[in-house]
Amino acid sequence: MIQALNSAHDVMLGRDSNVVAMGEDVGYFGGVFRVTEGLQKKYGRTRVFDTPIAENGIVATAIGMATYGLRPVAEIQFADYIYPAYDQIVSEAARIRYRTAGEWNVPMVIRSPYGGGIFGGQTHSQSPEALFTHVAGLKTVIPSNPYDAKGLLIAAIEDDDPVLFFEPKRIYNGPFNGFFDRPMVPWAKHESSDVPDDYYKVPLGKAKVVREGADVTVLAYGTMVHVCLATVEEMGVDAEIIDLRTLVPLDIEAIEESVRKTGRCVVVHEATRTTGFGAELVALIEERCFYSLEAPVQRAAGFDTPYPHSLEWAYFPGPVRIGTAIRKTLED
Amino acid sequence: MRDNDAPKKPNRPQLSLHVPEPPFRPGDTPDFSSLVIPPAGAAPKPDITASMTETERLATGLIRVLDDEHKAVGPWDPKLDPDTLRKILRDMIFVRIFDDRMYRAQRQGKTSFYMKATGEEAVSTAAAAALDRDDMNFPTYRQQGLLVARGYPLVEMMCQVYSNRGDKLNGRQLPVMYASKEHGFFSVSGNLATQFPQAVGWAMASAIKGDSRIAMGWIGDGSTAEGDFHAGMTFASVYNAPVVLAIVNNQWAISSFSGIAGGERATFAQRAIGYGLPGLRVDGNDALAVYSVVRWAADRARSNNGPALIEFFTYRASGHSTSDDPSGYRPAEEAKAWPLGDPIERLKAHLIAIGEWDQERHQALEEECLAEVRAAQKDAERKGTLATTSIDFPHDVRTMFTDVYAEMPWHLKEEQESMVAELEAKKR
Repeated sequence: MIQALNSAHDVMLGRDSNVVAMGEDVGYFGGVFRVTEGLQKKYGRTRVFDTPIAENGIVATAIGMATYGLRPVAEIQFADYIYPAYDQIVSEAARIRYRTAGEWNVPMVIRSPYGGGIFGGQTHSQSPEALFTHVAGLKTVIPSNPYDAKGLLIAAIEDDDPVLFFEPKRIYNGPFNGFFDRPMVPWAKHESSDVPDDYYKVPLGKAKVVREGADVTVLAYGTMVHVCLATVEEMGVDAEIIDLRTLVPLDIEAIEESVRKTGRCVVVHEATRTTGFGAELVALIEERCFYSLEAPVQRAAGFDTPYPHSLEWAYFPGPVRIGTAIRKTLED
Repeated sequence: MRDNDAPKKPNRPQLSLHVPEPPFRPGDTPDFSSLVIPPAGAAPKPDITASMTETERLATGLIRVLDDEHKAVGPWDPKLDPDTLRKILRDMIFVRIFDDRMYRAQRQGKTSFYMKATGEEAVSTAAAAALDRDDMNFPTYRQQGLLVARGYPLVEMMCQVYSNRGDKLNGRQLPVMYASKEHGFFSVSGNLATQFPQAVGWAMASAIKGDSRIAMGWIGDGSTAEGDFHAGMTFASVYNAPVVLAIVNNQWAISSFSGIAGGERATFAQRAIGYGLPGLRVDGNDALAVYSVVRWAADRARSNNGPALIEFFTYRASGHSTSDDPSGYRPAEEAKAWPLGDPIERLKAHLIAIGEWDQERHQALEEECLAEVRAAQKDAERKGTLATTSIDFPHDVRTMFTDVYAEMPWHLKEEQESMVAELEAKKR
């Protein structure tokens, strides 16, 4: 997935001289996860550069560049570090189009690795997407595999509004399926690792049915897509799994169609449960599919605690938690 | 797409962006001969009541005490007794050995992460010696020397690194994110710079209550770019807070050299001037100079003369953490080329030069420290390592839900119950 993200940068830096990539350790070193490796050498120091350790500064200057007409791709090293930039994102980037009646816009992408499963403790494991989906004017994208990661990032860079692009770092190197005690499978053995070298887009706002099924709809994104797939295979449940890919704007049609068909739904995310994005999904399903539902919609999510270090596998919403939620909705 | 590439006004100069680059990258031969290093003893020592303008030169110079003959010279010589010097030396050796053992433990898969302070041991150990025992520190992740110097039990430190059942923080925190109220060591945060203005707040509280204790706030050169640094400076200045503010300039923030934090144009100590505070730049590898400058700033703060900013000029000889390989962004031999030497070697040479130490005693001390660290490691590992604790959950898993709030709300109680049920299901 890292190579796919690198390729998306490469393609866009090559195609559009207005694209710049910036962030802490992004330049010479190529990023702590190596997503921008080799790009400074190829495109020069004024196109791909290191920034001071100031997340508010990174986002604020990216906004400034975007108002000039550039398309900055700003990396926040870990999503857990994004909070100093919150004011710039929420009060500024999100509203500039609105408050200038469209005279200015902010075609900026904020990329950031998120999520747990790497023993990163509470400052390298969080999933803060709901803090951004709650804000009018922002788009939020979360890929689950290399092919989508590249296509979605290119679409995000070409988008004329600010996009939060959260990368599930646990699956940077392979589709982790939640069974932490089993051997790791690399991306090379996964069909979505076939990533074209050239330009292509995966449109924002379009979900993908990653497994068709009749009995229950499972909504997931990021790492949890793979955990859900493995869980339903293990359980032998004929579930339909939808990878949302974009949280805002949401592909509501895909969700409605599937829930109407199955009559049951489970919503899964790694982020803490209370007022998580799952709450929004459940509300939408209740509003739009109530008469098709055979059972209450269930949620499987992270617990409402800070992300613990050594108890990571007790915290992580793995196959047992997801399986319990699926069973519950099937039995009700 | 708008065309931003064509120069709009051909008669005007074309603008260009400056992106700082460090002087040496992998493949280069590091040469620090152009670095201005004033002689030891040359910097004047003002009174602790001095104003910012009287101390301005100290922000651009480099306060040094140990000269090339390993003698302590000049007005900043703290004239410490040999026992205190030997204590600082022992603490530094201890930190280095401890770091080495924990780094290796991480490489052996016994924990997830570790951060060494190699090359900058003098900064925290000598500062601890200069502060009063009940002064409060708001450290970064590289001030383990404060805990070592204040006698934090070694086994407990290791248990924290291992997140094992002896870990007082219940395995919640990333390794090295220690916390100990008893040792005046605030909880280390992985989010940079946050502790710096918190130190100012603690100091303000001490002043509000008419206490006599002061605070010391720590930050790295890279993190001075964060807004929190500037908030800390502003509040310290506005309220004349009894706080010592310290920037550990170890030249590198992961792969970014200090120039990316603004170090090309001015010293970090000079940042103080804009806030009307004294800024003191000190050789961070000279334990005597570190002690002396911290003592000066602490005495100043304690006597209601207000805050000061110290820049410890040092070098991060190790990688940022176990997660990076510094040979990918700087020459491998750069640490050896660092012109201010190694803090342990320099203090050792000084003690020998004044006839208070010798090679045999040094070797014996190293062996003693190593034996103590090894014994502690055995004790700590009896309580498990992350490799085992992350599967066996020796901490009562229910503790995951405690301390989120003072009293556990209903939804956490429900989640706690469901997690216990989940783990039982996993066992089946």
